[in-house]
Amino acid sequence: MTLAEYRKKRGEPLIREDAEQDAHDEHHPSALEYVQIGVILAIVTAVEVALYYIDMDFTLLVTVLCLLSVVKFAMVVLWFMHLKFDASLLSIFFATGLGLTFAAFIVIIALQRGSLT
Amino acid sequence: MAQVATNDHMETSTGIDNKKLLMWLFLASDCLFFGSFIAAYLLYRGRSLVGPYPADLYDIPFTSVSAFVLLMSSVTMVLALAAVQRGNIRNLRIWLFATAILGTLFIAGQAYEFTEFYHEGLTLSTNLFGTTFFVLTGFHGAHVTLGVFILLSLFIVSLRGGIQQKDSHTIELAGLYWHFVDIVWIVIFTLVYLIQP
Repeated sequence: MTLAEYRKKRGEPLIREDAEQDAHDEHHPSALEYVQIGVILAIVTAVEVALYYIDMDFTLLVTVLCLLSVVKFAMVVLWFMHLKFDASLLSIFFATGLGLTFAAFIVIIALQRGSLT
Repeated sequence: MAQVATNDHMETSTGIDNKKLLMWLFLASDCLFFGSFIAAYLLYRGRSLVGPYPADLYDIPFTSVSAFVLLMSSVTMVLALAAVQRGNIRNLRIWLFATAILGTLFIAGQAYEFTEFYHEGLTLSTNLFGTTFFVLTGFHGAHVTLGVFILLSLFIVSLRGGIQQKDSHTIELAGLYWHFVDIVWIVIFTLVYLIQP
């Protein structure tokens, strides 16, 4: 029995996490959907590799490759790691980690570039 | 309340399993770990005074296959979770073992790549490229190796009947870790291998 089910049984009001837990239980993707997502990921990877061999503007190449990478990253995190279906608190934790990483990334490069030039 | 106390999973004030919460906190902190190494690699890219340089060594077709293998291991991992959640322990074993095999293939590919680079004259102390590349990809490889050990352990436990449908949370935690090493490689593959000024 989940906490949500326990609260329902006791006639207690549901909190936000309970509703999210219910949604989590009901909307997990099927095995077929997981395979479909895997096929999309494989296709995006093939496109990335193909772009590497195409002679194109470097800035455009970097932009497109980064966008495709973000798409793959998001698909794995949202569907395979179930953040799309899990409680929002988990998304907040992970987004905080990612945000701090990106901030540290920018600061490290900005500071070191300044000292190296 | 006694009924709740006898349940398989401890109820928490957040409604989220504490182990799962802790795993996500660990993954969030591990982002900083890898982010720092990737930043260091990008920062010192093109600043090596002596060769060999990335363009001399990278074998993009080979690394693309490795990236594909790791990506597909994420699919088999999530299929293992779907199987145990449906109570299909036989399929759980098959997909867990498949994931471990794919992870081992990735590690083998990385060992081959490192060996090739070493024979070409690149070591941890040859130049800035060698230092930042080996540290970044080496730590990722260590994470994958740990993941393979976890998967094989779970596989052996499942063979002994130690994993049932009610234990799906354990598989989910292992899956979260495995998918994380996959998303880290998605970033490394793009920023380190495919984007070369």
